[in-house]
Amino acid sequence: MSAAAPPSDQDLVDFVYSETRLLDERRYEEWYALFADDGYYWVPLVPDQVDGIDHTSLACEDKLLLRLRIERLRLGPFSQHPESRGHHLLQRPEIESADRTANAYVMRTQFHYTETRGDEQLVLVGTVFHHLATEEGRLKIKLKRVNLLNCDASLPSIQLFP
Amino acid sequence: MGKYRGNPAAIRALVRDQQVHRDVYLDPELFDLEMEQLWRNAWIYLGHASQVPQPGDYITAEIARQPVIMVRHSDGSVRALMNRCAHKGTRLVSDRAGHVNRAFRCPYHAWTYRTDGSLLAVPLPKGYDGTGFKECESAKGLARIENLADYRGFVFVRLGAKGPGFHEYFGESLSSIDYMADRSPAGELEIAGGCLRYMHNCNWKMFVENLNDTMHPMVAHESAAGTAKRIWSEMPPETPKPMVIEQLVPFAEGYDFFDKMGVRVLKNGHGWSGVHFSIHSSYSPIPGYSEAMVKAYGEARAKDILGTIRHNTVYYPSLTIKGAIQSIRVARPIAPDKTLLESWTFRLKGAPDELLRRTVMYNRLINSPMSTVGHDDLHCYRSIQEGLESSGNEWVSLHRDFHPDERDQPDLTANGTSEISMRNQFRAWAEYMTLTMN
Repeated sequence: MSAAAPPSDQDLVDFVYSETRLLDERRYEEWYALFADDGYYWVPLVPDQVDGIDHTSLACEDKLLLRLRIERLRLGPFSQHPESRGHHLLQRPEIESADRTANAYVMRTQFHYTETRGDEQLVLVGTVFHHLATEEGRLKIKLKRVNLLNCDASLPSIQLFP
Repeated sequence: MGKYRGNPAAIRALVRDQQVHRDVYLDPELFDLEMEQLWRNAWIYLGHASQVPQPGDYITAEIARQPVIMVRHSDGSVRALMNRCAHKGTRLVSDRAGHVNRAFRCPYHAWTYRTDGSLLAVPLPKGYDGTGFKECESAKGLARIENLADYRGFVFVRLGAKGPGFHEYFGESLSSIDYMADRSPAGELEIAGGCLRYMHNCNWKMFVENLNDTMHPMVAHESAAGTAKRIWSEMPPETPKPMVIEQLVPFAEGYDFFDKMGVRVLKNGHGWSGVHFSIHSSYSPIPGYSEAMVKAYGEARAKDILGTIRHNTVYYPSLTIKGAIQSIRVARPIAPDKTLLESWTFRLKGAPDELLRRTVMYNRLINSPMSTVGHDDLHCYRSIQEGLESSGNEWVSLHRDFHPDERDQPDLTANGTSEISMRNQFRAWAEYMTLTMN
């Protein structure tokens, strides 16, 4: 596997579509497996936020916290009665950068995200950056950075994964 | 005329020794009266002085639905002004924070005001000669909130003219602010790390009551904290304990833990749980921190400061603080079933950066609109908001560990799972709702 050819442009684009589809179909175990061991899922709190360490974020999840979120959702917690549903509408992912020698790829994708629960519906829009690298021939997420257009607005509960 | 306006007896009747009537959460007229009475007569948190370090720096906030500016005046003092042009009422500044060089300038007709609110200039002033303008309210400039207190950087205001003084109102509860500020080797706090703004579709009191409700974490947060506990138990034995585990797992402690924590209540609705210890007691030491504290305060005082690990202190009705991790939450009521919650964190001046990182993480894990802990809290609050609409029982039970002797006590410590903090809040509620009613 390690001798596999580097990902093509189409592989990179396909990865973003299929990663998002796993979320919308609640295939969280498969989604979790797409993250590198040191991967992060990050939703910054302010535009152009530099890091999630010295500044609070809406979410800044390493694999441990992702595991916790997924296991909790599986339990059917109180706030998931009724259950939330999420839906991403993506514009075609663009290749922001692709360095095949360094094994580092960045994808930029515009999205509309809708989350519903019971009679309520929340719509968020933004840009998602996927920082990817191959491990044993498979693309893995080093960082999924979700920039919400209204990240610094007052927000209601966002229960799934924008 | 509704049921409650001008009827203090009807308002007092909503609060029994061990029960409150559902109208306190649901009734729009009572909500209006809360903003006009309780939130005018009480001292309300406006902001932290470190948000406006230089003259001309300002922040804006809404206090009891009124737009307010907190600004550093040219003499170095912090002032509170109504964010309302004296001319036609335009809100002067709209950003949540900013800076003016010399004066606020209205975007509509260019009236300008000094940072103490006084009117600096209007265009074509001759037009006002002999019009009676100089004798009217508008010539005085912006309405000023005269009752302002800056306590170790925490700026509170009292909108109403009548009511208790600042120290009389908060009394011994101010020790929680002292203990938080003294966690800085320099004795100073600085707002840092950003503000989470979580919109709650519930009444503000459900949130404030919940802060010292120690019977809910093991139930409402079982899915988040219980899962964290299980994941941690399944990790290999030599794994260093991650900070997120340290912060989340104590929410899964049992009834005995929370009962032994203790709760202390004070006059005017204030109080704290975690009299003896709290969910923050078992955090790992941060290298260099206790050394810096001992150097600044000496062994005994440093031990006292670092050994005081309160859970939540409520500064009724608007502010709740967690001194042990330097974070605060501010309730900004908007409607009977709508409350904005702001969660802020502090840098401890002179302390290692790791302490800011720890509180930034806690704030995100617990207080974010994406928090797995916050989701279950808000689900419960919203469920109360909807459940109380049902007929058959109009009263909310707050009986747990009630004792008739508690009624007139200005300072009382009880077992941690007592509902005394909620009863204490509602006694203050009834008092300050009717303080200036005839």
